[in-house]
Amino acid sequence: MMTKNERNYPKIPKGKFAFVPMEGRQHDKKFETKPIGYFQDVLMRFSRNKASVVAFFIIVFLALYAILVPMFAETNYSLALTDTMYINYSKLPPRSKAMGWLFGDGTKKVTVNENDYNILRAIGIETGLNPIVSSSEPYQDATSGRKQNNYYDIITDEYYRIGMMYLTLTPDEYENIQAWQDANNIQVIYPAITDAKQSDANIWYKANKKGVPTLTKSGDYQPIYRTTTPEDTSYHSLRIAADNDPEKPLAYARITGTSQAKGYVVRVSKYNYFQYRYGFEPSFVMGTNSKGQDIFTRLASAARFSFMLAIFVSSLNLTIGTFYGAIEGYYGGWVDMLMERIADVLGGIPFIVVTSLFQLHLSNKVGVVPSLLFAFVLTGWLGMAYRVRMQFYRFKGQEYVLAARTLGASDARLMFKHIFPNSLGTIITGSILVIPGVIFSESSLTYLGIVNLESSTMTSVGTMLANGRDQLSTNPYIILFPSLFISLLQISFNLFGNGLRDAFNPQLRGAE
Amino acid sequence: MLKYVIKRIGLMLVVFLIIISVCFVLVKLLPSKPAEQFGKDMALIEMRREALGYNKPLIEQYIIFVRRSLIGMDWGVSEMMYVGQDVMKVFMEKMPATILVNVYTMLFSVPLGLIFGIYAALKKNTWQDHFISTAVMVFVSVPSYVYAFLVQYFLCFKLQWFPFQMRAGYDYFSWETFVSLVPAILSLGFGTVAGLTRYTRAELTEVLTSEFLLLARTKGLTKAQTTVRHALRNSMVPIFPMILSQFIGIISGSMIIENIFGIPGVGPLYVRSLGTTPPDYNFFLLLSAFYTLIGLGSGIIIDLSYGLIDPRIRMGSKK
Repeated sequence: MMTKNERNYPKIPKGKFAFVPMEGRQHDKKFETKPIGYFQDVLMRFSRNKASVVAFFIIVFLALYAILVPMFAETNYSLALTDTMYINYSKLPPRSKAMGWLFGDGTKKVTVNENDYNILRAIGIETGLNPIVSSSEPYQDATSGRKQNNYYDIITDEYYRIGMMYLTLTPDEYENIQAWQDANNIQVIYPAITDAKQSDANIWYKANKKGVPTLTKSGDYQPIYRTTTPEDTSYHSLRIAADNDPEKPLAYARITGTSQAKGYVVRVSKYNYFQYRYGFEPSFVMGTNSKGQDIFTRLASAARFSFMLAIFVSSLNLTIGTFYGAIEGYYGGWVDMLMERIADVLGGIPFIVVTSLFQLHLSNKVGVVPSLLFAFVLTGWLGMAYRVRMQFYRFKGQEYVLAARTLGASDARLMFKHIFPNSLGTIITGSILVIPGVIFSESSLTYLGIVNLESSTMTSVGTMLANGRDQLSTNPYIILFPSLFISLLQISFNLFGNGLRDAFNPQLRGAE
Repeated sequence: MLKYVIKRIGLMLVVFLIIISVCFVLVKLLPSKPAEQFGKDMALIEMRREALGYNKPLIEQYIIFVRRSLIGMDWGVSEMMYVGQDVMKVFMEKMPATILVNVYTMLFSVPLGLIFGIYAALKKNTWQDHFISTAVMVFVSVPSYVYAFLVQYFLCFKLQWFPFQMRAGYDYFSWETFVSLVPAILSLGFGTVAGLTRYTRAELTEVLTSEFLLLARTKGLTKAQTTVRHALRNSMVPIFPMILSQFIGIISGSMIIENIFGIPGVGPLYVRSLGTTPPDYNFFLLLSAFYTLIGLGSGIIIDLSYGLIDPRIRMGSKK
């Protein structure tokens, strides 16, 4: 702070003055700080916006999920091309060993009557994989009218509840499973039953036509296992505990076919068979859908497709829009007038009509995805062209452009070297904000079935939502994860885009 | 002003004619179902096709199309979905349900959006404002079908307050029908309310910080007076056209919601007309024309309403 004394200019003592040295050149002091460029400034202001930064990292995370999971995850969805076995593992709720608190533990609350309760109990007794995790005391439901029936509120383990299935194996496969059983001490094949017409593989006890067990007085099941017939002596592997009579050992397969082409019809536990076939216990982080496809990998491949489409559309829009807008804005006059009218006509066509027409005309010739892409690009670049045109109108009359022209710069050089960089901010923001729009439109179109992307190698978020809709009340998780994904993606992209827009807007500098 | 209106409408009609002509030609290039396959309706279908010139060269068909369909409003009969029925008549039957849902949605979301927006603007940079702004960000971004699933799961299935689908039948104004429409109205409404709130807040804060408001305060007006008489009225200039455009927008944009809640509206009609093989071209053409007209019309109405609300804005003037 200056004192009154120092401001008293006429009285500055002579000794305080010094002559400027005559030799050498005078320089300003060199800046000690680094200069801040345009993009550095943008980055600085962007990173000050915490929500946008978080949104950016969420987008990165979702993108990594979409890229990495289909590459590395080997689940039944990626095997689905050649494998039809996954149909047996349908509608399994989410289960994660490591993060059960987040995703779920594969259980479900249901109310069953006495008969169903006994059928479930039987699965647990035979295989030791008990589907009933916990059960209430039996109670009678007065409202149902049937006073005799007992009801149970139980929590079932859906992964154990899938129970058994019949498989017809070749002799080699039969041997392989037995060898695997011995090596891992996990029983896959369970004894055959005497009733050859029984199609429900879960039944190993005396039962009526509906599969309801006929219990003994003490409440036990009455096994109807077959005993070994002379021709089946090949079974040498794990046996169930009840199989302890050396005189009459149980049969583990029913033999069909001729002696040249023998087939072994066996009852296998689905849970254990999965381990044999795929090498790990069935546990799907996001569950499986009604076709038994793993939602985790399916969603990832759907997301990958969405991202790829959106980025592709965005970059095509950017290219076309930039050139169109630059020519319109730079030349003006009748060129602008004519090109604007063309844009008017294109802009007047509703997007849904464009998509439908492209699907009707092109999907048989060039495929569904390219025709969807054409539809997006046909009208998508209009917004970009509009923005670029506005920027050109703003800057083309400025003195520095005139100066460059006087120096002999060509039209192309003026357009892209001198004027275009001014619109970089709006263009980057615009092309980022196109991405969530494209993903949203794509999911809506595939949801409505106007565009059908479902195939053995491909799926889309909209199709997953549409398929899960009839399961909304019974298995809400099928629809939950795709919805969650698309909501998260939209929120993050909008936050990120807004942050970017503010960062690129020089008028807001210092105002925050 | 009148000159400008006429010019705009004329231009719109030209654009509409170009678009619908391209649609017509593209549709005509697609194979349609041979009349022999219609069985008992064959005679009728053949007759109608003859009337619309299906067997004539494309250029003649086009002239007939312009004369009969665009001017005479005869869009032919349905060939796949409602075999033999007049397309225009079926379309008109579907219209009320769509309009009803949208009117209810607007009735519920416009006041809410305005109230939240005004409140947030007045409480700018307080925790109430931050809360509303964050909520708006979330609600604007989440797609409407996700709301539909949430509403269906929690309100229709868990709590059983509402039926899953819209009540069948044509008594649109009964109480039961209204209750069965509530889930659809809610699903459409969340996004609309959020969008309106964001827009109102932005516009109102801009007006509230402007200098003429400071002048009004220095003149001695109370805060309430300046807010209601000066700020609100001025901020309505851009807000009102926005409401109008949203209303027009959701007439054509509620396709997914109508689909989810089983509302017998125009949206499902369009989706179903494409779902048959071959598609029901007459419906497709009519609905394409409808959506095009809605889109073009809303643009004009927005432009013109600026001049109506704020007489200082002279659309199309040289200045």
